[in-house]
Amino acid sequence: MHSLTQAPFLSLAGISKRYGGVRALANVDFACQRGSIHAVLGENGAGKSTLIKIISGVVQPDEGTITLDGHAVTFPNPQAANAAGIVCIFQELSLMPDLSVADNIGITSPPRRFGLIDRRAQRRRAEELLARVGCEDINPLMRVRQLPLSRRQMVEIAKALGRNPKLLVLDEATSALTAADVDKVYAILHGLRDAGLSLLYISHRMHEIDALADTCSVFRNGQHIDTFAKGARTEEQIVQMMIGREWRNVYPPKPVRNERPAPALELRDIGWEDRLSGISLTVGRGEIVGLGGLDGQGQRELLLALFGVLRGVSGEIRINGERRRISSPAEAKHEAVGMALIPEDRKTEGLMLPMSVRDNISIAALGSMTHGIVVDRARESARIEEIAAKLKIKFGNIGDAVATLSGGNQQKVVIAKWLLTGARIVLLNDPTRGIDVGTKQEIYQLLRDLADSGTAILFYSTDYDELIGCCDRVLILYDGRIVRELEGADITEANIVASSLNLSLDAAKAPHA
Amino acid sequence: MNNLRLRFSQNTGLWLGVALFVALYVFYSTLHPKGWSVDLLVQNSNESFALIMVSMAQTVPVITGGIDLSVGPMMTMVNCLASVLVSGSPLAIVLGILACLAAGALAGFVNGCIVVFGRIQPIIVTLATGAIYIGISLFLRPSPGGKIDDNLSWVATNALAEMDSTFHWFAGGAPTWFSHGPGRLPVPIVLIVLIVLLVWIPFRNTVTGRGCYAVGSAEGAAYMSGLRIGRSKIAAYTIGGLFAAFGGVYLALQTGSGNADIPQAGAYTLNSIAAVVVGGTSLFGGNGGAVGSVFGALVLRAISFCFRVVDSNGPFGFLGNPLLQPIFEGVILLLAVSLGAARVFRVKNRLSLFT
Repeated sequence: MHSLTQAPFLSLAGISKRYGGVRALANVDFACQRGSIHAVLGENGAGKSTLIKIISGVVQPDEGTITLDGHAVTFPNPQAANAAGIVCIFQELSLMPDLSVADNIGITSPPRRFGLIDRRAQRRRAEELLARVGCEDINPLMRVRQLPLSRRQMVEIAKALGRNPKLLVLDEATSALTAADVDKVYAILHGLRDAGLSLLYISHRMHEIDALADTCSVFRNGQHIDTFAKGARTEEQIVQMMIGREWRNVYPPKPVRNERPAPALELRDIGWEDRLSGISLTVGRGEIVGLGGLDGQGQRELLLALFGVLRGVSGEIRINGERRRISSPAEAKHEAVGMALIPEDRKTEGLMLPMSVRDNISIAALGSMTHGIVVDRARESARIEEIAAKLKIKFGNIGDAVATLSGGNQQKVVIAKWLLTGARIVLLNDPTRGIDVGTKQEIYQLLRDLADSGTAILFYSTDYDELIGCCDRVLILYDGRIVRELEGADITEANIVASSLNLSLDAAKAPHA
Repeated sequence: MNNLRLRFSQNTGLWLGVALFVALYVFYSTLHPKGWSVDLLVQNSNESFALIMVSMAQTVPVITGGIDLSVGPMMTMVNCLASVLVSGSPLAIVLGILACLAAGALAGFVNGCIVVFGRIQPIIVTLATGAIYIGISLFLRPSPGGKIDDNLSWVATNALAEMDSTFHWFAGGAPTWFSHGPGRLPVPIVLIVLIVLLVWIPFRNTVTGRGCYAVGSAEGAAYMSGLRIGRSKIAAYTIGGLFAAFGGVYLALQTGSGNADIPQAGAYTLNSIAAVVVGGTSLFGGNGGAVGSVFGALVLRAISFCFRVVDSNGPFGFLGNPLLQPIFEGVILLLAVSLGAARVFRVKNRLSLFT
């Protein structure tokens, strides 16, 4: 490769970053060249996002140096990185939904006359940029809120181009695009590369990397594993590089079953907006079923749809064979359904942080602890103490604000809250994120105990390891559909990774490294 | 054509406010014995000016997703300051008015700095600073009184034509095109239009002003886009202080005095929030604008005007009962606001109702 001999445009040396006790990046060296599209690959949590955030000035490294165009630089904030010509297109869009498309495109440096924003010039510029990305159909006067996600992503790309980047970072920037738009974006990116820009491209989609990248780097566990020219490694080798971490046996043994248990939860052809379509699945009594796949393929929406949070869900939900309509969390919780959802973000959806441990634990089950219309305090205390002891929740005083607990114990409070309701179907949305290994292990054991007592569990996790260790079956979602069901010995990391990328299982057949 | 429709649909809140005001005011003017006269228009616009200014002052912090409980106190403080400064030679009057406006802007700037650098919720910051501004008002004007230039008072609260008869602009009397045309416009209306055109519209079209909307819409995204968030917020509170100061100066001209009236300050603050909502600005921030709030304030004023013209002997005489007026005002306000809340029915993910 000719580009490998040039001095790199951007290079990182010895970069480390920790968040609290979690090591996100460890002593990473990384470089990218002018006139090249550089793909960064890795599993969820491999450190790709932290790498991008450091390059774009969102977070600052604990150690290490950044060199841009031969000069050492530091980026205390995103503005500084922008000024140096580094422009990012983030997975979570950086658009202001209440502002018009034109306002968003010109937000940082709009064309001005007499010091004021020249709205007409701004609109023309927005039209030009939208035309450049092949989206003449977007009216620049529309509010971003009115656009579907795929169009917003194109606006985001137009906005980035309008800033004349020297280094363009695309973080899953094509995840929501339509097939036609993807082709346009490829053409634009190749054009930018040929004009001498550096492009950093983060994607989970192997075929995109095939079509776009000149160079690939693989990250795993916060470490830079390898950088190579495209084509120098086979798909199998890349998958092995991404997953090759040691196996930790922290999971309780799975029961051996000869036949499927009686179904507790059945879904038929569930759809919602353009995020879910044709989802059919069954979770039997005592079964732990995993939802896998890359982040944002509809797993969260599926759980929210079941729990009655989403409006306009199509399809059929059966609880113990009976058809039910669930249109609010209150109905989902009701005895007739008996569902519980351990939410994704315990700080906003799981806990009332300023309230006490006691109040948080009992809040969902208060209805079953009343004496007349008054809460029976004695019964409440007894049940809270029982469940707190069972889950080994550690707190100073049960009247302390739940915010004072560690992340692991907070999550146990959320789980305790829902167990008190006596739920027979438990949905979990990535419940072990940001939790220490010890607590994780307790949660795995708890899930298995629950299942053994007849509870049906539907478990979404971004950690493949967990899916393999905990689940009796794993369903892989891609683009709002179930693309594969893995069972028993077929639940391997290689199979999950390959299915998540929507590749055939051949890529996973290579022997473990 | 398509663009026009789009702009209309994006400002339905504003248009609802305008339509509501027109309906109420037409009803009022038709029933009023002096309806459709210049005198009545002058009187009503005088009564509305201060509330309009305070509502515009409230709008800008609300757009950033904040709130300003000190708009009434800032207006009162400037009112008291004006009763000390706005008299004497023409130069002294001009300097006095400028000092009053600067004082209001400074008070708003202080609010903004505490919100941004102190990282305290705007509602608490402005509750506290509001008390301080009331304290300053009492210090300046322990009992109602003071002196305001009489000529200025007179012209500011009448039709434009009075300006000519007071200051003799046209040698040999005003020409008929003036006295029968623009001369009939009430001065407060002219002032509002000038303030909107010379202060609000330019502000909205600066990067800082645009940043206020961006912050209210999605603060994280605004930060990630490299906007100067702190600057936008401080500017929002500062320009709010300036608008409140316009209201305070005008109140001094209208009443010819300064008055550290605490209940009045509180009522203006609360009415300003209602006016902002009726005018189509969301309390969550990110959209709306000061022009909507002008009409929001007018709707509130027009509601109370209407109670003056109900025939107390007619079938709806009970509506004119002054004891029932607050109840009806409250009901009408609720109805007006709920018209704009229909978006809830289109939400697909119920969780998004809470964010």
